[in-house]
Amino acid sequence: MAAGATYEPIATNTLGSATSSVIFSSISGSYTDLVLVIAYKAATTNQPTLQLTFNGSSSSYSGTQLTGNGSAAASYRNTNAAFISIARLVGVPSTVGNTGTIIINLQNYSNTTTYKTVLARASAADTGTEADVGLWQNTSAITSFTIGAATSNDFAIGSTFTLYGILAA
Amino acid sequence: MSPIISARGGLSSRAYGQFTAAAAAGGGPSYESIATVTVGSGGSANAEFTSIPATYKHLQIRALIRGTASASAISANMQFNSDTGSNYSYHELYGNGTTAQAGAGATQTRFFLHGNAPAATALASSFGVAVMDILDYADTNKYKTARCLNGMDVNGSGGYILFDSGSWQNTNAITSIQITPSSGNFAQYSQFALYGIKGA
Repeated sequence: MAAGATYEPIATNTLGSATSSVIFSSISGSYTDLVLVIAYKAATTNQPTLQLTFNGSSSSYSGTQLTGNGSAAASYRNTNAAFISIARLVGVPSTVGNTGTIIINLQNYSNTTTYKTVLARASAADTGTEADVGLWQNTSAITSFTIGAATSNDFAIGSTFTLYGILAA
Repeated sequence: MSPIISARGGLSSRAYGQFTAAAAAGGGPSYESIATVTVGSGGSANAEFTSIPATYKHLQIRALIRGTASASAISANMQFNSDTGSNYSYHELYGNGTTAQAGAGATQTRFFLHGNAPAATALASSFGVAVMDILDYADTNKYKTARCLNGMDVNGSGGYILFDSGSWQNTNAITSIQITPSSGNFAQYSQFALYGIKGA
């Protein structure tokens, strides 16, 4: 069996001021999977749904969510959407200064034969935990993506966005 | 919008809140690719990893799955060391877009890498994805436990997101992993990648 070191950090962005979105662009096709780890520090009480889009496209997205808020579990779906919903109901904090953790897996992101499916988990102690699967009905390789908040400047100073690449043997 | 204040691996700032990512050189040696099975044009009845070395602490499988069965979905079943006995169990928590449900199974002959991956009648070109961690796979003093997050979305009815945990009641080191669809074959472009995670 072949073995090779992988899971390499590609980029880290630590916010110096509050912002509404972060864009990763010119992503090479050198890896098999990407993993984005976000430490979301809340600048507002908005508790926004995080909106994931690829290659500047604003169509052909959908998703299914599983949520737990401390008292009940529930599941939701959105179709024909303008973005993939991450932390749609819970998973980012609703208290200014609190932090939530979001991990997004973009698997086989650079292949040009399949639609793209992503897996994500979002957790925040004051709102709950959520798992998300999202679909982009497009066979293009993902070369850029945007993670944004529905409302403005919800990502606080100190929020971090770290992108990793994983290369399969 | 915010300026970029830290970047690694050949990044360059492009605009506030935006930066360019390029492949990084080097990387940590603690996470290694062991082997990958990519299904070809004829489909495949299974995916198997054999002769897995005991040199890691944990294993991770990252998978892209679609089935050829004439159905909307299949499961991807997992066994270790070709053990087909009733030595597996699992718990699961899942959502189908309208309700959240939990389930469990004891004395099973397998557990799941994926509980509900698209098959032939599902939205074309859609695949299920899974990330599974198998902890202490080579430890001969304990039963083996795995956890998995998997899901699929097909832009409507049929979406599925699932957490599960599985146990193999056997203390043997895991040296091989067998993955089979619940019916039919795995479709072309399905991919199963095995990684090893080292301990200190």
